[in-house]
Amino acid sequence: MNGFLADLPTYLTAIGQTLFIVLVSLVVAGALGLVLGVALAVTRRGGLLSNPVLFAVLNVVVNIVRPIPFVIFVIAIAPVTIGVLGTYLGPAAATFALSLAAAFAVSRIVEQSLVAVDPGVLEAARAAGASPLRTIATVLIPEGLGPLILGYTFLFVGIVDMSAQVGLIGGGGLGDFAVTYGSQRYDWPVVYITVATIIVLVQIGQLVGNRLARLALRR
Amino acid sequence: MTAAVRVEHVTKRFGDLVALDDVSLEVEEGGVLGVIGYSGAGKSTLVRLMNGLEQPTTGRVLVGDAEISALPERELRRVRRDIGMIFQQFNLFRARTVAGNVAYPLRVAGVSRTERDARVARVLDFVGLLDKAHAHPEQLSGGQKQRVGIARALATSPRLLLADEATSALDPETTADVLALLKRVNRELGITIVLITHEMEAVKAVAQQVVVMEAGRIVERGSLVDVFSAPATPAAARFVRSVLHDRPTGATLDRLRSAHRGRLVTVRVADRPGFTATVSDAFAKRRLSNELVFGGISELGDRSVGALTYALDGPGAAVDEALAELRGAGIAVEEEAAG
Ligand SMILES: Nc1ncnc2c1ncn2[C@@H]1O[C@H](COP(=O)(O)OP(=O)(O)O)[C@@H](O)[C@H]1O
Ligand SMILES: [Mg+2]
Repeated sequence: MNGFLADLPTYLTAIGQTLFIVLVSLVVAGALGLVLGVALAVTRRGGLLSNPVLFAVLNVVVNIVRPIPFVIFVIAIAPVTIGVLGTYLGPAAATFALSLAAAFAVSRIVEQSLVAVDPGVLEAARAAGASPLRTIATVLIPEGLGPLILGYTFLFVGIVDMSAQVGLIGGGGLGDFAVTYGSQRYDWPVVYITVATIIVLVQIGQLVGNRLARLALRR
Repeated sequence: MTAAVRVEHVTKRFGDLVALDDVSLEVEEGGVLGVIGYSGAGKSTLVRLMNGLEQPTTGRVLVGDAEISALPERELRRVRRDIGMIFQQFNLFRARTVAGNVAYPLRVAGVSRTERDARVARVLDFVGLLDKAHAHPEQLSGGQKQRVGIARALATSPRLLLADEATSALDPETTADVLALLKRVNRELGITIVLITHEMEAVKAVAQQVVVMEAGRIVERGSLVDVFSAPATPAAARFVRSVLHDRPTGATLDRLRSAHRGRLVTVRVADRPGFTATVSDAFAKRRLSNELVFGGISELGDRSVGALTYALDGPGAAVDEALAELRGAGIAVEEEAAG
């Protein structure tokens, strides 16, 4: 515990790194996952831009990538990460790998939220003369916003989880801190302080997500 | 004069299923056409051809001067702005306010903001919901939702309004309100309406011309009163009977047969003075026991239509004579077949 006070600056840096990894991944994975999820939702048979071939390809790719355990995924794409960023260590590399993995994960959540949108409102937009792209932007996504926000909240929690995992393989952040300054030195209080920090982080994210979703659903 | 809508020899297949089979019809400018028939008859498919939501397998569909069935999707989008559509489940955008819903087609059409606000206010006022402009759809009753649907459909000042089972999700009282509103849309704004329904009330209240559909075909067409007072085909007769509830069928018929002696005879109501006297005289002067056991009379436009079923008991020859006398007087008479 005395050790912890000495390590306080490192701890704060670790929180900063985790926030960086989580927030950047959330934005990047959120955007990529949205594009992929919308594509899955609208290309299926009977969708706004029905294209069974493209749907089949996307579907297979997502099905292959998504079940790969995250830690293995990070290692597997390390060559790509090195190619892009020059290293597979540190917060930037962690963010890169995490964004990709989370994008595939969230694409299914986006797809499910959008497929659940009442086809009747899409028909109303079409009858009003709206193009498919306009319908996606002005009707499909707004109508599915409540479930989408809950999906992104779920994504946030998942990303915090994954950010700790990349920490274990040299990605920096709270996961790295808990191991390097906590368990490896048998300094259990440091481990628990880290755990508590992560719990607080997740709670805040969940709270904000629930609030926003309730606003979108007006309940 | 060009018709508002013209459907020429249209066939529509979904795979092996023939949803429309050589359908032709015209809707006159400023008219109201009621399309009636049971579920699955092809009514929705027919109306969806009129704004190009579906394309015919063969045949042509014209709305005004535009040949809907020949236009690519891009062009269709522009044409759709001049055709309003309302739906059974209203299909309002839940993420938008009432005003936002009504403004949507105007946004799509690229109408400027000031112009948009003015038009939204005008149509909301027309449907009587100006005070609900900032409400969200889930705060409205079913009837109010459909009025928003109508306001949304009218926002771009279309020439044609397509209504697919627009009142089928509403209770009878609300139905009457919405139908009265549709009538105003037709009379005050001069908008042509195609009204799809399986409900008698809806056609009765608004339509001038009627087509009856069955299994993808138009089996009968004509003025509202003609089709309902004298359906010429068995299919139309069956539909009219089921909505007028003026002839006994199935279990009712069986029950009547076991409860009454003699023959069950149905007389179609003729809308003329002395009709009931003519009927009862024909029975009374032959001393036939005649009991009125079933029947229904509805007002259609300014005429009464319906049927009355009597249990006639007496000598067989006397019954035949009485029926012949009525037929001679131009009254349609049918004997309910023995069970
Ligand atoms: N998109 C579609 N794909 C396949 N079959 C359809 C489609 N739309 C309608 N049908 C079929 O066409 C027939 C007519 O349907 P519809 O026009 O909805 O009838 P109605 O509106 O009179 O109930 C039905 O058998 C229906 O199942
Ligand atoms: Mg239908």
